[in-house]
Amino acid sequence: MKNLIKQQQWSWFISGIVLGLIFIIAVVLVKPIGVSTQFVIFDGVVWNSVQELVIEEAGAESGYSSFNAYINKSGGKYAESIANPLNYSFIFVFAMILGGFTASKLQDKKVKKDEQSLPKVWKDRFGKSPKKRYLASFLGGILVLFGARLAGGCTSGHMMSGMMQTSVSGYLFTLGTFAVAVPAAIILYKGDKI
Amino acid sequence: MNIIPALVIGFLFGFILQKIGASNPQKIIDMLRLKDFHLMKTILFAIGLSNLLLFTLLLLGIVDVSHLSIKSSYMGVIVGGGIMGLGWAISGFCPGTGLVALGEGRKDALSFVLGGTIGALLLTLVYEKIKDTVLFFDLGGKMTLAVTNVKGSPALFPAISGIFVAGGIGILFIIIAFILPDKK
Repeated sequence: MKNLIKQQQWSWFISGIVLGLIFIIAVVLVKPIGVSTQFVIFDGVVWNSVQELVIEEAGAESGYSSFNAYINKSGGKYAESIANPLNYSFIFVFAMILGGFTASKLQDKKVKKDEQSLPKVWKDRFGKSPKKRYLASFLGGILVLFGARLAGGCTSGHMMSGMMQTSVSGYLFTLGTFAVAVPAAIILYKGDKI
Repeated sequence: MNIIPALVIGFLFGFILQKIGASNPQKIIDMLRLKDFHLMKTILFAIGLSNLLLFTLLLLGIVDVSHLSIKSSYMGVIVGGGIMGLGWAISGFCPGTGLVALGEGRKDALSFVLGGTIGALLLTLVYEKIKDTVLFFDLGGKMTLAVTNVKGSPALFPAISGIFVAGGIGILFIIIAFILPDKK
């Protein structure tokens, strides 16, 4: 056990078992794991602090509504989360950050400092400028969250939780994702030195 | 209070994603360009195993059906998946793994997460304009392959018991996970 905690990376077999189990535990105790919605909730909390985005409304299913059609959809359930952000899903993603922090602190082998911002495959292809990498991951972030919200979920919600429940949407999402991601990655990183 | 399970499950999930290498953009990019199948094997095995386990627990009545949450199928699921796929290939992060990488102290993950808040905001702003377009054309609603008995969620194979469909898929995924080569 101690070895597993300090090990830098688990074998695919152990990884698969533990990853599968956490998805099962989540659904047995609470509900399926999902992440990308919380980016919307975070935006909403910030927005609501500068301009009234969400109002209390007795007529709405959740008791909250918004002038924004997206925040208002499904009976105002996003509006409700924005009004009361200390709920399960929102706390969950902050705990994830803490989990990643702890795992990296406990591991034996520390990652080299420049690899903490520049993956090798990136450096080999696009050079050592961190600014270029930051800009690319910023743009990547815009695409990833825009796409995930359009799809109604991301790798955790659609691909893992969705396919676990044999949801057709999980399969459609995975199809769309890999159909673009695989050729894009092959073309983008073609000129590396491996 | 739901705060304690949120803290415990979220912490474990973040910890696990780091340990399986999913928060390392190098591993993601190498998986996507088909050079390293380690993560692919992990994910396939995890889905296969959880297919088997979840439907066994449902059969035994250990999981409450109300805990399931089936998402709708519509055009935007495929299109959005593709847009996410492009961003995934460029950055090497997805929403969850980007947050875990941020926890590890990765600086490129910080710019990813900031970009993510902009991307989510953009969708929030344009949703009203696109909600009546072909992007939200229905592709079967909350349909599943296996019978789950979730209200409003029809199964594609309603005549076959859920455990056989999900179990069959589960075993297939596990076999593929074993067959794929581990290293480049």
